Parts: sequence; C-alpha cells; structure tokens
Amino acid sequence: MRAAGVLVAIALALALQTTLARFVVGGTAAIDLVLVVVVYVALTTGPGTGMLAGSVAGLIQDALSSGGVIGIGGLAKSIVGFLVGVIGQQFIVTAALPRLVMFMAATVVHAAVFMGLYTVLGVRTFESPYAAVLSQALGNAAAGMIAFTIIEALPGMMERRRVRRRL
Amino acid sequence: MALLDLRERTGYLFVAVTVGHIILISAQVNTKRGVPMLEAVTFGVFAEVQRGAGAVISGVRDGWEGYFALQNVREENQRLRQEVGQLQIKLQEERALAQQSRSLQSLLDLRQASDLSTTGAAVIAGGASPDFRTVTIDKGTGQGLRPDQAVISPAGVVGRIIMPSARASKVQLLIDRNAAAGALIERSRAQGVVLGTGGDRLRMEYVSSAADVKVGDLVVTSGIDGIYPKGFVIGQIESIERGAGMFSAIVIKPAVDFTSVEDVLVVLTPPPAADAIKAGDAPAGQTTSGGRGSTSSAPPQRAEEPNREPGA
Repeated sequence: MRAAGVLVAIALALALQTTLARFVVGGTAAIDLVLVVVVYVALTTGPGTGMLAGSVAGLIQDALSSGGVIGIGGLAKSIVGFLVGVIGQQFIVTAALPRLVMFMAATVVHAAVFMGLYTVLGVRTFESPYAAVLSQALGNAAAGMIAFTIIEALPGMMERRRVRRRL
Repeated sequence: MALLDLRERTGYLFVAVTVGHIILISAQVNTKRGVPMLEAVTFGVFAEVQRGAGAVISGVRDGWEGYFALQNVREENQRLRQEVGQLQIKLQEERALAQQSRSLQSLLDLRQASDLSTTGAAVIAGGASPDFRTVTIDKGTGQGLRPDQAVISPAGVVGRIIMPSARASKVQLLIDRNAAAGALIERSRAQGVVLGTGGDRLRMEYVSSAADVKVGDLVVTSGIDGIYPKGFVIGQIESIERGAGMFSAIVIKPAVDFTSVEDVLVVLTPPPAADAIKAGDAPAGQTTSGGRGSTSSAPPQRAEEPNREPGA
C-alpha cells in the first residue's frame, strides 16, 4: 500500500515537473519535484524505501530526459534517499528548520553526485553551477516545506469538515 | 539473513542498488578508447577470473602430472636406465671400432704409400719384464716373419722382431736398452746410431761435434743397419750436449708412443746394408728397399729427404 502511494507520488511529481514547473519558474529547472518526493518519502519511511523510491524515480527521470546517461540520476537520487532516510532515523527532523536544512542539503548532495558523475565520465560539463544549485536548493526546500505542511494538515482539515457537516 | 536487522539489510540493498546503477551507467559510457566501460570492466574482471581459473587448472594439472601420473615412472626409469646402459656399452663398442678402423686405415695408407713388402700385425701383449721393452704381436713364422725384421707404425719406427714363434713374435722396441738403429739427421744428413735407454727417450751417438745439429731436428733411419728401411721417422732431437770429445750427446724424443701401439706393420723384405749405404748417398727423393731399387716418392710417414747430398 505504501509502495503504491510512493509510486503515485513519484508519478504526480514527474507530471508536475514536466508541466507546471516550467510555467512556474520561467522554463528553468529551479525546482526538482521528483527529488522533493524522494526526500519526503525518505524522511517519512526510512532509508530503504527512500533509496528505492529515489532509484525508481531517478531512472524514470533519466529515461525521460533526452541525451543523458540512464542511471546517473537514479544513482544520485538513490544515495540521497538512503542518506536522508538514515539521518531521518537518527535525528528528529519533525521541526520546520531541520526539514528545510534536509531539503537543501539533499539538493546539494544530489547535484554534487549528479554533476560529479557526468563530469568524471566526461559526458557533460557544468560551468559555475553553484548559483543554480543554490536556487534549486531553495526551491526544493520551499516545495518540500509546502508539501509537508499540506500533507500534515490534510487529516485535520478533513476531520473539521466532517464535524461541520454533522452540525 | 533473518538475524540481520533492518539497517543491515538496507545497507546490503543500498550496495546492490548502487552497483546496479553503476553497471547501468557503465553500459552507456565509453572509455577513452571507445570501448563501452561495462565491456572494458567486465573484460578486465573476467580476465582476472580466467587468470585465476587458469592458475587453478594449471595447479591441478601440475599436481596430476607431477604426482598421480608418475605411478609408472619407476618402472619406466629402470627400463630407461637399462637402455642407457646398453647404449653406453654400444657407444663404447662403436668408438672402439672406429678407433680400430682409423688405426687400420693408417696402416693401410702406410702400406700403400710404401713400396716395401709388409704385413700387418696386432700387438697382443706387452713385455714380461720392465727391464726389457718388448711387445708381442700376433704374427709369426707361419706368416713369413723372421728375426731382425723391422716393425713400423704410421708414426714411425717401433722396433724389430727378436723372437718369432709359429703364430706370434716378440718385438724389441727401439727404446729397449739393447736396441739400436742406424740413423741420420734429416736436415743435415749427419749420421749416427740411435740407442735405446730403457726409458722413454732415445740417445743418438757417434754424431760429430762439428755436425750441424739443432734441437727439433728430425731423426730418421739411415738404413745402414740392414734392419730398418731408410727414411722412417725415429723421433725429434730434444737436447744436445756438446762434450769435449769428438761426439755430441743427443737425446731424442721418439715419434712413436710406445705405450699405445696397437697395430703395426712388419717389413718382410729388409734392405741390405750395402744397398742402404748406397741409398744414403742416393739423390733426393730416391729410396731403395728390399734390394729392388725401386724409385718412388717417400710415403707420408717417411721423412722427406732434402735435395742435398748426405753429410752436406
């Protein structure tokens, strides 16, 4: 059941990434919704699920991206999912600030692995990616915080609505 | 696996997923040489596996060939040793036959080159006493041998027959202390008498102190003794002592190695002393033997005579 929910979340993230994100951020990839989903899954379920979610999501993302090497994104997101899951189990990251830091750190690690592998393999080069990485980290953190807020507020909203209908 | 907790299983899973991704990436990325990385790494890894497998197989094979397969080697080794022994004996026989063949060939050459009437004989025994340097040959009066016939070999003069029996003869070697032969120095034609010493050297006497004699000069038979044909090599002058008297004391190293004489020729027709003296005065290249007065070039074993008159 949880796996199905993870797959649905990934599919939604991919759909949003390929449609809405372009319009929201003027065509630049300043946000990686798939990575946000992976970090969210890892924080809420643990390293195993986070890693598998990152692997599957990254592979699909690689497959949909033209001209890239299939597996690099998958590997980067697997590592991020695993690390975030491990950290989420070791530390309390339920407050807003730790979550914000986790999203930003996850984005940086993902970018480092992703760009590092491409550079090492000589397939692509990235010139001065720091600003882009930073902006993506902020965007991902914002998206993640919004996602956490909505998802955590959703059960209370449903309950209040049910009580109001009874009255 | 059931004992492992979730964290350990996740770790294994992480490693598996990471390796899977790396393999996937490697399949798409080429090395600098244009070969897919996965292929290059796989080949490299598999080559090491092949190397290891080859080493294992080689070790097993060596163990098999070096131990298990050697069960019949002892018998084979003994058989081969026997074969080697037989072959060594056969080789020695062949060598002996070859040596004998060479010796007989030398005698045959000497016989063909010489115009003397000779017969071949083999040495069958040495002397009974060290004081008398003699050997026994396998020919006797039945083959026409008589006392005082010269015995020669390809190397030079051996001696003379002193006691023939029906089927064997005793030969007095030239080095016997009672042996003597008329001799002359091949270069200067100075004449003298060669005497045995009982040792391994000869002595030449009655050579004038004024004669032209040098160390290294060849000494040959002069033929005046009526036993030894003229011109056969006796030996080389090893030392000269010019005494206060009329004659020099000359030591000669024999041309024949008397310790290894095996086959000899017996000269059946010794030259008369008178003819020999006359032959000593004969022109160069002319030899007379057996009273036949034949003229021929000297055989290889006979010293070449210089173109000069004797005593010149």
